[in-house]
Amino acid sequence: MTQVILFNLLNGLIVGAFYALMALGLSLILNLSGVINFAHGGFLALGAYFAYSLMPILGFWGALLIAPVLTAALGLLLERLLIRRLYGRDPLYSLLLTFGLAFIFQDVLRFIWGAQSVPYQIPSVLASPLSTDFFFLTGYRIFMVVVVAVAVAGLFLILGYTRLGMRIRAGTLDLETVSVLGVNVRLLRNLNFGLGIYLAGLAGVLAAGMLGLSPTIGDTLIMPSFVAIIVGGLGSLPGTLAGGLLIGVASGLTTVFFPTATEAVIYVMMALVLLVRPSGLFGDEGRLR
Amino acid sequence: MKAIERYSTALIFVLLGTMPYWMPLVGGYTALGTRVLVMAIAAMAVNFLLGFTGVLSFGHAAYLGLGAYGAGMAIKYLAPSTSLGFLVGILAGTLGAMVIGAMIVRLRGVYFAMVTIAFGQVFYFIAFRWVSLTGGDDGLTGWGRVPLDFGFTQIDIAGNDKAFYYLVLVCLAVSAALMALLLRSPFGHTLLAIRENERRARFLGIPIQQHIWLSFVISAAFTSLAGTLYAYLDNFVDPRAFHWQQSGDFVIMAVLGGMRSFWGPLIGAAIFVVLQDKLSSLTDNWMSLIGVFFVLVVVFFPSGVLGILRRKVQA
Repeated sequence: MTQVILFNLLNGLIVGAFYALMALGLSLILNLSGVINFAHGGFLALGAYFAYSLMPILGFWGALLIAPVLTAALGLLLERLLIRRLYGRDPLYSLLLTFGLAFIFQDVLRFIWGAQSVPYQIPSVLASPLSTDFFFLTGYRIFMVVVVAVAVAGLFLILGYTRLGMRIRAGTLDLETVSVLGVNVRLLRNLNFGLGIYLAGLAGVLAAGMLGLSPTIGDTLIMPSFVAIIVGGLGSLPGTLAGGLLIGVASGLTTVFFPTATEAVIYVMMALVLLVRPSGLFGDEGRLR
Repeated sequence: MKAIERYSTALIFVLLGTMPYWMPLVGGYTALGTRVLVMAIAAMAVNFLLGFTGVLSFGHAAYLGLGAYGAGMAIKYLAPSTSLGFLVGILAGTLGAMVIGAMIVRLRGVYFAMVTIAFGQVFYFIAFRWVSLTGGDDGLTGWGRVPLDFGFTQIDIAGNDKAFYYLVLVCLAVSAALMALLLRSPFGHTLLAIRENERRARFLGIPIQQHIWLSFVISAAFTSLAGTLYAYLDNFVDPRAFHWQQSGDFVIMAVLGGMRSFWGPLIGAAIFVVLQDKLSSLTDNWMSLIGVFFVLVVVFFPSGVLGILRRKVQA
């Protein structure tokens, strides 16, 4: 029993790290630009398929490096062409736009790579379990957590110590003032969007190795990411990180005792948090207005 | 302007009242007309909240699905009665909205939208997972709508497509009349005040959260009525009724027709449902075409068909 609980606890943490990676990207875009990027799952799937196509040429490691960058480049382009037009308007419009993009992504992926799910080859070094006692700890799972940790650390370093990061944080608090101080806000939002999409692409490559590829791979991951943002707290990136890990562990543990409710439990958590603290665990109450 | 409104309402009902007779001439069929009306009820209900209260809900598929499963399960497990299905379906949707509404009224704008999307998905997973009760992914089957029995006479809505169409039309007329009445009442004017300037409305002493909650519940109640009709239409319901895609469809219908106009969502629903029907019979890639359609509407027609018409009339 302890073994099973431990397995699901760790598994929950891994899945949670994953939700967090995706939710951080969403949260970045939401906080600075007020856009709920519903196409985030589509970008994730795209990252996965880019990696799938690049692998024969660049190998596993090359694909891991390049695929998220390509995804981010597409994100920058789409922001410039479409999403930018809707800043400052009712959030309704940007949400509908990204809804439309999500449809397009899913269909285009199916068109190019087929509706069937395909396996994603990972290096044999990572595929084998670490020890017979902890058979569930394959190298790939550990590797995923390490990559997520590096990415998250990198994100917080960028936000904390670079000029770009400083501007993003300032813009999240008061974009108008940042603009008045002479910062090119259009460029700032563009880069910030690209950064968020990079994280989605990276999450996609990692997901491909664990879940295999299918055009709807992002669909199952986007809702938990929304929940992670709400549970963690509005406007708080550390909150989003904590929220992602928390719901991952919660659904992992629920799998042990009541498997039917694996998905439902995270929504129950969201309901509880909303009742007690509508702005989320680490949220900024000013954003409720 | 009042006269125009009255004439256009009359025109709408003349067109809808004769639809089963002219629909085949333009290449449609009765069930497609019925689907337009069902979706129109839901889109108008969503717009009650979106256009007239200024609250963005992206999770109304939840109430469509609750209405649909409520009706289907009532007929399957309780008793074969269409009116019982209506009762259970509408109750299920309304109660669901009462509970969820209470949890989310403190949020605003983007965050409200995000929480409604997330809550919409709970029911999707329940319907998907609880196979013994809901039939899971295969949907709830083995039941069907039954003729309406008034004691002195029967209306065969089960065997006769046209009779069912007129039942749905009556539901649409009643819902529209009730929503119009509500919007003209002091309550409706308060909702408009909240939409226009929430802070000022708060200063006037209006209990904002209670009003938004009530508007949310009313909107969901009409959506669950649409849900029961949606289940009756095919005598079938599956988890896709709960899917976020369905919620997005309602919002795009409202925007496409014109959010600030009462009949806008009806026009949006007609365009959207017919377009979806045509596209899905033409090509396998209709989903991306619908996606492109979303993008075009948002970028080029944000005020919708009726919004554009109104500007033309005023100019």
